[in-house]
Amino acid sequence: MMEVFEVVQPGSLTTIQDMGRHGYQQYGVPVSGAMDSYALMVANLLVGNDEGAACLEITVLGPRLRILGDTVVAVTGADLSPALNNSPLPMWETVKVCSGDTISFGHPKRGCRGYLAVAGGIDVAEVLGSRSTYVKSCLGGLDGRPLRSGDRLCSGEPRAGISARKLPSQYIPEYQGENELRVILGPQDDYFTRKGIQTFLHSEYRISVQADRMGYRLEGPPIEHKAGADIVSDGIPLGAVQVPGDGLPIILLADRQTTGGYAKIATVSTIDLPKLAQAKPGDRVRFIQITEEEAYQLLQEYDRGIDALKQYIKCNDKDLRPSSKDR
Amino acid sequence: MIYEKPRFLPGGDRALFVEFGDTIDPELNRRVKQLMLTIQGAELPELVEMVPTYRSLLVYYDPHLTSPEELRAKLKILTEKSEAGEFPNPKVTEIPTAYGGEYGCDLEFVAEYNGLSPEEIIRFHAGKAYLIYMLGFIPGFAYLGGVSPRIATPRLPTPRAKILAGSVGIAGNQTGIYPAESPGGWRVIGRTPIELFNPEKEPPALLQMGNYVKFVQITAEEFKQIRKEVVQGTYCIKETPFLRKNDDGSI
Repeated sequence: MMEVFEVVQPGSLTTIQDMGRHGYQQYGVPVSGAMDSYALMVANLLVGNDEGAACLEITVLGPRLRILGDTVVAVTGADLSPALNNSPLPMWETVKVCSGDTISFGHPKRGCRGYLAVAGGIDVAEVLGSRSTYVKSCLGGLDGRPLRSGDRLCSGEPRAGISARKLPSQYIPEYQGENELRVILGPQDDYFTRKGIQTFLHSEYRISVQADRMGYRLEGPPIEHKAGADIVSDGIPLGAVQVPGDGLPIILLADRQTTGGYAKIATVSTIDLPKLAQAKPGDRVRFIQITEEEAYQLLQEYDRGIDALKQYIKCNDKDLRPSSKDR
Repeated sequence: MIYEKPRFLPGGDRALFVEFGDTIDPELNRRVKQLMLTIQGAELPELVEMVPTYRSLLVYYDPHLTSPEELRAKLKILTEKSEAGEFPNPKVTEIPTAYGGEYGCDLEFVAEYNGLSPEEIIRFHAGKAYLIYMLGFIPGFAYLGGVSPRIATPRLPTPRAKILAGSVGIAGNQTGIYPAESPGGWRVIGRTPIELFNPEKEPPALLQMGNYVKFVQITAEEFKQIRKEVVQGTYCIKETPFLRKNDDGSI
């Protein structure tokens, strides 16, 4: 364990996240975890970590961090103008940093959540099997809260022989202001009229300002219920689209409550959640219906892509140790 | 109602709902619990976690290890098996509760609203077993069933900014315990010194769905004493087996 970062400025919302806290929803504990699990995974792979190691999730306005020990980092996800000692820091590749350096972020250009991985992962105590921060209940991360000025963060033990890794461009997602989200109807699609389902599937919705880690409220044509929005409460899967009485959909995300009492018209497919996590208020979404089987096939295909990516990273390692790259 | 046959409904591409009905009903809830226990016993490698609620079980699975179709087939078999299975009796957890005064600032109001004395409210509230239908809302919060209509009271018109951890409240015909300090609109009638949620414990929540709680009146002195023991880690939670004497859950 070594100290790696000192937080000079925390940014608007910087939290420690991993792949989430699984197994405790039955006790009312939300899953949390990275909103963009793809960007977190890639950041980890680039610095030689397990794909689910804890990283910093940086929201819109990034922090200013002083480096406390020589190490390797990678920044992925949203382009929030990262800089190393005030020069642009390349994203989606490993970057060596030395004690005394400063990583900062500037104008948010594309997307809204950046991920900063450090070799060895951010080392904080696991709470219920995860390092993810759930701010509302002060669970996990650093004392269950977003980072503050003066915080010092440690990393775990880095893997031996970390290499210079760069993600091939075809694996770098493009974040757009318009997103098509594939959805699987259910579990309560029968609570909506035919017209309501048609409205949902054929309208454009805009992400409202009420969009956070818990969920995104959307604005657009109201979706018609048959006879009210209330159900006897049940569980809420990741990406569930619930429609309360006003007919405006809410997509429930990482910090969602474990149970809820509004009818859920559909669930966003797993592979479309990372791009949704990068969507900002004002961005637009459309819902495209697919079957459960199609979603399953798409997920298998996506996993084959991830396997190929991991293979590529392994086969194209360049030794990082000779520090010939002058800083 | 309870459906004739459970419904298997998609919750996206990593979760399936097994829904037994669409009402709040102890029998329905019992089936949810039984299915959860049966699935736990089956040790499915693809199982990630389960969320039991009033009327359904949400099963999260790993799509690397199963297709939704395969899982549905397995769950159908396990659902049938669970209906025939034998299960351990639920247990009743005692919640020592100091009522009124500094512990329950709304007790007087609840009494007045229902045309009863504070002592009568306590008598109706304490001493009977409430079914824990599910946990949710915030970590460790239990949705309880079986509140006497004689003490039902509407929520506060404006929620309070801060309700202390352990507060015991009434909202409509529900009663509940706040596991952590939180804003809230429930009428607070008492407070328990015991811990409902502690992330350092396994499981982290004191209460589990399908079991019961019983509020037991304590004095302010006892509250302080138990609180001390809870902080020191020496307090022993009192639990008894649930005996099905009455359908309404009273024992």
